[in-house]
Amino acid sequence: MLAEYSAVVPDVAFWIIAVAMGLAALRVVTTKNIVHAALYLVVVLAGAAALYILLTAEFVGWVQVLVYIGAVVILFLFGIMLTRAPRTDTELDNDQRWAAAIVALFFMGVLIVLLVDAFGAKHIVLNDNLQASGRLTADFVKHGHNGQVVRPTVGSAIFQQYVLPFEAISMLLLAALVGAVAMARRD
Amino acid sequence: MNLLAVHVPWGLALGIKTLIVLIVVPTGALLLGYVFLLKMMSHMQSRLGPMEAGPHGSLQLVADGLKFLQKEDVILAEADRPVFKLAPAVVVLSTFLIFVVIPVGPGPGGVVSNLDVGVFYALAVSSLSVIGVLMAGWASANKFALLGALRAAAQLIAYELPLLLAVVGVVLQAGTMNLQGIVAAQQDGSIFGWGFIGNPFIFTQFIGFVLFMVAAQAELTQTPFDMPVAESELVAGYMVEYTGFRFLFFFIGEFGTATAFAALAATLFLGGYALPWFHGTAATVLGPFVLIAKMMLVAFFIFWVRFTYPRLREDQLQSLAWKVLIPLALFNIVLTGTLKVLV
Repeated sequence: MLAEYSAVVPDVAFWIIAVAMGLAALRVVTTKNIVHAALYLVVVLAGAAALYILLTAEFVGWVQVLVYIGAVVILFLFGIMLTRAPRTDTELDNDQRWAAAIVALFFMGVLIVLLVDAFGAKHIVLNDNLQASGRLTADFVKHGHNGQVVRPTVGSAIFQQYVLPFEAISMLLLAALVGAVAMARRD
Repeated sequence: MNLLAVHVPWGLALGIKTLIVLIVVPTGALLLGYVFLLKMMSHMQSRLGPMEAGPHGSLQLVADGLKFLQKEDVILAEADRPVFKLAPAVVVLSTFLIFVVIPVGPGPGGVVSNLDVGVFYALAVSSLSVIGVLMAGWASANKFALLGALRAAAQLIAYELPLLLAVVGVVLQAGTMNLQGIVAAQQDGSIFGWGFIGNPFIFTQFIGFVLFMVAAQAELTQTPFDMPVAESELVAGYMVEYTGFRFLFFFIGEFGTATAFAALAATLFLGGYALPWFHGTAATVLGPFVLIAKMMLVAFFIFWVRFTYPRLREDQLQSLAWKVLIPLALFNIVLTGTLKVLV
């Protein structure tokens, strides 16, 4: 009974989360109320975090919660409410459906090609010892870290192997920040 | 020796754990509400406080809770109904989720879920309550509520950074984000070679402790950081339009989160459920009581400050976070890292 659980539960959970995310994502773009759109976005981002946890990337999942739900969406809502906070439905369409559709299809194509190329038919085995350790551990197909804790691996990869790209991204963010301040100043 | 090392099916275990968390949050809220809000504040102001319901007024909050449940559930015609209804639930949910990782005893039986990223998880889910506050303020269709929600968002975002950075020092020193690991590191550690009472991080991470407490005070929107609900300016801020059991949800959220942060501070800086020299069965039995005692001590400080100081101004609040707390937290991280490498 316990052995079957590990195979079935993640599949069922995946489909529940995926369907909820899909519906919420549709509502983000179809709703006429901009605050509702931001709140539906919370559902989508929470679903993404849940999928990360399902894929045993627990740390990434909680970073998703802290950064995107706990900060980015809050700044969205803050910005909307500080400027207009419409309480009624408004016309949010900016007549760029075709451009958006092309961009979306392009990225979908890129992602499908990349994912199929990288993983193909490889089967990722998830450790079924969920109860004992309190977390799932992944068998990384590409690196062969069988059953290792994910977080230290991610940490050392970022700060050793990829330290230069990481620093370059920080500079990019800093530049964006300085630019935003420069544009917002009125004196 | 683990008293809870009995094999139970995972479904039952999940049920029991959920039930425990569901009981702990309102109980903690009641305990803090009665001991500190009703009694300590009254005695600090030379008055008795509620004395009628139960011995020394101890059942006052239970009576209040029953009263709230009977009240009419008022939702304004202008309010955004689904968002208005959902908002208190989001706030309370975030409170419930924090308790999942706080350990009350050694071993896997001492904690609901022994997450590898424990303390990070706790701070991540605690940030969810801001969404509920913004939802409440916006959906209420009231400018005082909206102003309160905006103040809350600006304040909680600003103080989340020092809160996280203060914890980084502890994580660096313990070498783990797991709360069980942090407790063990304090019980078995030593202060520069002197390990008589272990190493409660309040001694070696004193800057971190002070930063954590100040930031937690702001995260809990307790005075002197209570601008989001400032009664003399905004009536009651984001919860001004809430009545009955929805208001009760906000109350449980406020005091439940205070319990959670006090327990978290006790775990991170005061050694958690552990006492020096106590191991094995004694530690398992004493664990919850030790944690509650330390939690009450931390909560006493939170409410002592709340009833003592006047409210800050909005700009003072922001400059305190960005110009004082965050640089100090960064300095603490550098100091801890340097000492960790050298010693």
